[in-house]
Amino acid sequence: MSTLEIKDLHVSIDTEQGEKEILKGVSLVINTNETHAIMGPNGSGKSTLASTIAGHPRYKVTSGSITLDGADVLEMSVDERAKAGLFLAMQYPVEVPGVTMTNFLRTAKTAIDGEAPKLRTWTKDVKEAMAKLKIDADFAGRNVNEGFSGGEKKRVEILQMELFKPKFSILDETDSGLDVDALKTVSEGVNRAQEENQMGTLLITHYTRILRYIKPDFVHVFVDGRIAEQGGAELADRLEEEGYDRFLNVQA
Amino acid sequence: MSETTTQIPEEKARIGAPSIPGFTEEGENLSPLNDSASSPLAGASSKSHSHGGGEGVADSSRAGRLTSYNVEDFPKLTGREEDWRFTPLKRIGSLHTAELTGKAPKVELTGSENVTLRTVAADDAIRGNAFTPDDRVSANGWKYADGAQVLTIPANAENTKSVLRITGESLEPAAQHLVIVAEENSEAMVVIDHVGSAVLAQNIEFDVRQGARLRVVSLQAWESDAIHASSQQAVVAKDATFKHIVVTFGGDLVRVNPSARFAGEHAEIELYGLYFADAGQHLEHRLFVDHAVPNCKSNVLYKGALQGKGAHTVWVGDVLIQKAAVGTDSYEANRNLVLTDGTRADSVPNLEIETGLIDGAGHASTTGRFDDEHLFYLMARGIDEKTARRLVVRGFLNEIVQQIGDEQLEERLTETIEEELAATHL
Repeated sequence: MSTLEIKDLHVSIDTEQGEKEILKGVSLVINTNETHAIMGPNGSGKSTLASTIAGHPRYKVTSGSITLDGADVLEMSVDERAKAGLFLAMQYPVEVPGVTMTNFLRTAKTAIDGEAPKLRTWTKDVKEAMAKLKIDADFAGRNVNEGFSGGEKKRVEILQMELFKPKFSILDETDSGLDVDALKTVSEGVNRAQEENQMGTLLITHYTRILRYIKPDFVHVFVDGRIAEQGGAELADRLEEEGYDRFLNVQA
Repeated sequence: MSETTTQIPEEKARIGAPSIPGFTEEGENLSPLNDSASSPLAGASSKSHSHGGGEGVADSSRAGRLTSYNVEDFPKLTGREEDWRFTPLKRIGSLHTAELTGKAPKVELTGSENVTLRTVAADDAIRGNAFTPDDRVSANGWKYADGAQVLTIPANAENTKSVLRITGESLEPAAQHLVIVAEENSEAMVVIDHVGSAVLAQNIEFDVRQGARLRVVSLQAWESDAIHASSQQAVVAKDATFKHIVVTFGGDLVRVNPSARFAGEHAEIELYGLYFADAGQHLEHRLFVDHAVPNCKSNVLYKGALQGKGAHTVWVGDVLIQKAAVGTDSYEANRNLVLTDGTRADSVPNLEIETGLIDGAGHASTTGRFDDEHLFYLMARGIDEKTARRLVVRGFLNEIVQQIGDEQLEERLTETIEEELAATHL
């Protein structure tokens, strides 16, 4: 079993008005094989947490720690974090012109595993994973995310997650912009990865609808850079009925 | 990729757009200067006089540009001229003023046996069939070239491949003239491989005859002190195809001006370019596609990467669709990738359309920075920074490399790109 532990994390970004604190002391413990949903209103710091774990240079950790089985994640470069077993499915995957999916997937897989995948099984693995996620076979020859629709981009994120087999995945609003069919396909991918690799999942979402397909063990409600409430799957049901007003009113 | 400087969205010319001042259903009403039905023709009849606007006449149309075999017809350069405004004249080795009597680079031919190279005198009738100097430097080169080297691909030759190795051995300002004749229905690839050191005003003409298929790679792999101004002009006959690929890596100042003119219907012109400018290098490409006859097709794509302080690239793409050129299909694009601070990429697509009766015409230009979000995305997938940067740059330039269609040369270029990337911590 592996553990990703976030302790009293404070994170700031530089804005035109100076430094602004986004996360104001977040603590979380995620074990492999667990699914944690992070919910909350817009601007509460959910995506900041995701990007900070992955090491995006825009976010500055002012105090606190992130460790993976005791190893200091904050000391690691972005690629080292990926090699250590962390995966971020991005909210807005970027297009990389001139780099084909095939080339990209193989290069990344080689980097993460430290050795090149065996060509024959790899090609087969990629094909099968694409088929399960209902991604057209001709995407392999296209440039990374170039000209993909929003839904296609999200499916390709999940494809990478299934192929790279991380210990922990952070899904940053993967559900946004997906229609019901795509949402189901993507959710099945996440559930498969969990089952096959005992992956731990941090599911960041604004809406509860993805939780119909991916059952969370824990739900954390983010408000203004802090965890305002924690509970089990039933907390999500309550949020579905009541929305976030309860938390925002308290604040006001 | 973020697009930081210029971006002109891809577009198709609208046919028959009504009631715009200066426009008719046939296209733009041009100034009287450009009204003349004659295009700047080359050939024996025109060698004695000049065409175009001449001194003191501002011309907005590419068709009105002065062409002449007499260097004295071109006013002295000030650097303010439209076609010289980006070029640092101080660094051009006096090619516009000097007597170009230095030793011209050595020319060696290897490849298919049926392709021949011969030397002719400067006044040989073959010289200038497909060429008229169109700026002061090319006219000066015309004046001082000591004869011409003529490469002939015989009619109906199949799949020939030739390499002209041009080796510069002196920094004395010199002139050189090459003639490449692709005879009727021949099929050829010609690589013009520039190496060594030179200060050179070079004129190259391509006579692409009926039904010929000529693919040219002009590779500027000079040493870092070379100065090279090259005017490369093609006349493309009926049913012929001309594919021209410029690859510029080496040299201190390189200015390549490819131009291609349709002389018969159903011909096709493709102009590609790839350049990689390092600190202090000035790499300039000015091209001209002249649609003078109906039903022809042209496509232009130049891609460049820039890195290091003072790296400067210039791309100017003139596409002219003349009134007679109905049924034209044309597109031109320039893409630049800026890798470090301190570089400058100028990119100017000019599309002139004198008839509305065309299949399509479009242009695009983008200059983008290497984007931190690209880097983050690739690194978040375990790829280290160096590999990630190379992946993006290689991918960007590969589109042109793949056009070459010669494995050996493609490999050499891929290696050169790797060396360029290794040179500045990428």
